[in-house]
Amino acid sequence: MTKQPKSIEDLKSWRERLMSKPAGETVVRVCSTGCRALGALDVCQAFEDEIEKLKLGKKVRVIRAGCHGLCAGAVAVVIDPAGIFYQKVKPEDAEEIIAKTILGGEIISRLCYAQQKDAPISLKKDIPFYKHQQRLVLRNCGVVDPTSLEDAIINGAYQTAADVLCNKKPDVVIKDCLTSGLRGRGGAGFPVGRKWQFARASKGQPKYIICNADEGDPGAFMDRALLEGDPHLVLEGMIIGAYAIGASKGYIYVRAEYPIAIEHTELALVQTRKAGILGRNILGSGFDFDIEIRKGAGAFVCGEETALIASIEGKRGMPRPRPPFPAASGLFGKPTNINNVETWANIPRVFELGAEKYAEIGTDGSKGTKIFALAGKVQNTGLVEVPMGTKLRKIIFDIGGGIPDGKEFKAAQIGGPSGGCVPAEHLDIELDYDSVQKIGAIMGSGGLIVMDESTCMVEIARFFTDFVQEESCGKCVPCRIGTRRMLEILTALTKGTASQEQVELLCELGEMIRTSSLCGLGQTAPNPVLSTVRYFRDEYDAHVNDQKCPAGECTALTSLHVDEEICRACGKCVKVCPTDAITGGVKKEPAQIDQEKCIVCGNCVTACKFDAVIKK
Amino acid sequence: MGQKQTQKVESNSFADNEISQQAISGFLAGLDKLKGNGQVNLIGILQDVQDKFGYLPAEALEQVSNLTKIPLSKIYGVVSFYSQFYTTPHGKHTVRCCSGTACHVKGAERVIDKLSEVLGIEQGQSTPDGKFHLETVACLGTCFLAPVMMIDEHYYGNLTAQDIKDILNDYRSRA
Repeated sequence: MTKQPKSIEDLKSWRERLMSKPAGETVVRVCSTGCRALGALDVCQAFEDEIEKLKLGKKVRVIRAGCHGLCAGAVAVVIDPAGIFYQKVKPEDAEEIIAKTILGGEIISRLCYAQQKDAPISLKKDIPFYKHQQRLVLRNCGVVDPTSLEDAIINGAYQTAADVLCNKKPDVVIKDCLTSGLRGRGGAGFPVGRKWQFARASKGQPKYIICNADEGDPGAFMDRALLEGDPHLVLEGMIIGAYAIGASKGYIYVRAEYPIAIEHTELALVQTRKAGILGRNILGSGFDFDIEIRKGAGAFVCGEETALIASIEGKRGMPRPRPPFPAASGLFGKPTNINNVETWANIPRVFELGAEKYAEIGTDGSKGTKIFALAGKVQNTGLVEVPMGTKLRKIIFDIGGGIPDGKEFKAAQIGGPSGGCVPAEHLDIELDYDSVQKIGAIMGSGGLIVMDESTCMVEIARFFTDFVQEESCGKCVPCRIGTRRMLEILTALTKGTASQEQVELLCELGEMIRTSSLCGLGQTAPNPVLSTVRYFRDEYDAHVNDQKCPAGECTALTSLHVDEEICRACGKCVKVCPTDAITGGVKKEPAQIDQEKCIVCGNCVTACKFDAVIKK
Repeated sequence: MGQKQTQKVESNSFADNEISQQAISGFLAGLDKLKGNGQVNLIGILQDVQDKFGYLPAEALEQVSNLTKIPLSKIYGVVSFYSQFYTTPHGKHTVRCCSGTACHVKGAERVIDKLSEVLGIEQGQSTPDGKFHLETVACLGTCFLAPVMMIDEHYYGNLTAQDIKDILNDYRSRA
């Protein structure tokens, strides 16, 4: 390690020294964070063993990088500088990749992404998933080694922060932030510059900043990917923000379910402290700032800022009424500014591009890019970064590759339990804070869950209400009791025992909870219910009037039958049935389902290769 | 036969797992978070205690209360608020099955049912042999692997109900 950089010039020359190391080598970038679940570390090891065996150590280097974005292709590997993207790589493929691709320059089409059969795409930049994106914040995610400060520095980390700290007055930083039009990426979309302004103007010392990494929304994983794959970007954003506000201490409140994110962030903190980028007199600017990690202990409501503050203070994570806002009286009663991970990660980009340039990206009311976590019934699950104002259709079909198994798109759930379901008629909506709100959802943190014809919208509403009911902290009555009453009605609906009056009551309750709850959790809790009633009333009606679930998901309202014409008596369904409800199915005798014994688990539906099991 | 064996193990490992007062006070004495005179990071202290002993013994909470001067009632309030704190011993391996939206849409329910069936316990319970604890979590942030579960710090993705037995057996056979 080099000695501590004492100034912006030192940092620049350090970077130059690092970059002057011999280049021209091949780099194998293996996603070692998200893909770890499917054996990415074994893949890395296999590459390293092979490199060792062939003594290629000087020519080929393996980087345990962060998320490449196209998670459907896990384990994903990018070979640079050629830019070759291989997916679903197994340890046993390493030998072939090195021999054929790296040494022989040959593409292995079996490992390439292919939208259509027989049309493998070898280069990352040509894959439709990447072609339609603008990866501004995620630029270095999947590129840098998240455990190496040197690698981050080579890729430009802390250059912007150094420049800001040494050449811009805090007031100018805030002004730039306002000019950029950046809005908070955590949910409500409050202008970041305004929030900073309040915190700066507030009297009281010390001041704190907090990075909200309690990404609670089921279905969103961009914050996790950023902390795992490019932690220095988040730290850099926090340094700039702390300087603008005049904060001396920062906290990162991260979910305990994200062990890799915690590990990488902790390491990044140790490295930056050692290098003089955090701590006293950062880069000779005279500015002191340090950051501490706090692990969450499992409470969704702690994503709400006042609840999060209570949790860091060591209390029950319950929200309190605002005002006073955290900017006036936050952590330990001091002025505090909270932004989420993606927001902090945007800050270095704002100053790197310049505020005006940044403001050119996006729509009138929403600037910059937004990361969406694409999951559910869609081909290319993963992380997608697009300019604000990109059409939902483009994200799901051009980038996401559409719905698998030839099924129909039904809805996209945006914003988790606080959001809503967007039906097919709104596929051409240009996604930004305001347009999403107009159709009854919220941007939230950007979870985008695609649902096809087999998803029941009443059941989804019940699922979310069950979630918020469980996570309601119990402090205010509308949320605590209101969501419970809603859940009861929704449960009755999925069993076919609810009346039309109860559906009306459900909507009335929803409006009431929305307007009278204490915090964001309660105020947005009815969104999934209200939006599904609004767009999928026919499904609610079918559950009430006909006691039928059109999607065939509500087991109490669905029965399974075998079409004797199609059944080939292969016996697969008989084997998977947990209750021995299926007779026949062998020796050319078509299968039959005993309705008394059947629990509608659906195992036979999945097992049948001929689609002979039909839901009614 | 297998069941009888697990019953037997129970009396050895799980019940006899009393943690002595000395062990607790020794651990707390070495805890950095209890030193210094700044703001007390109560949740962090409780997390460290739980990491060490596998759960939060009543004795430990009393000692933390004495050392931090935070009333025991407040500490219990915090412990009962957060879902990740336990006041009773837990199975050695924590099975966290995701019930988030993406997993739900892709059939997590069946995976959870299968886990319950194979382990013979409900969510929030531990197996009598002290090997497994089963819980569901809101989201593991690995939606692209849905349905997904985590055993300790290891992920298992794209699960089907059929996979469960083999995965659990793998852990059963470990020491």
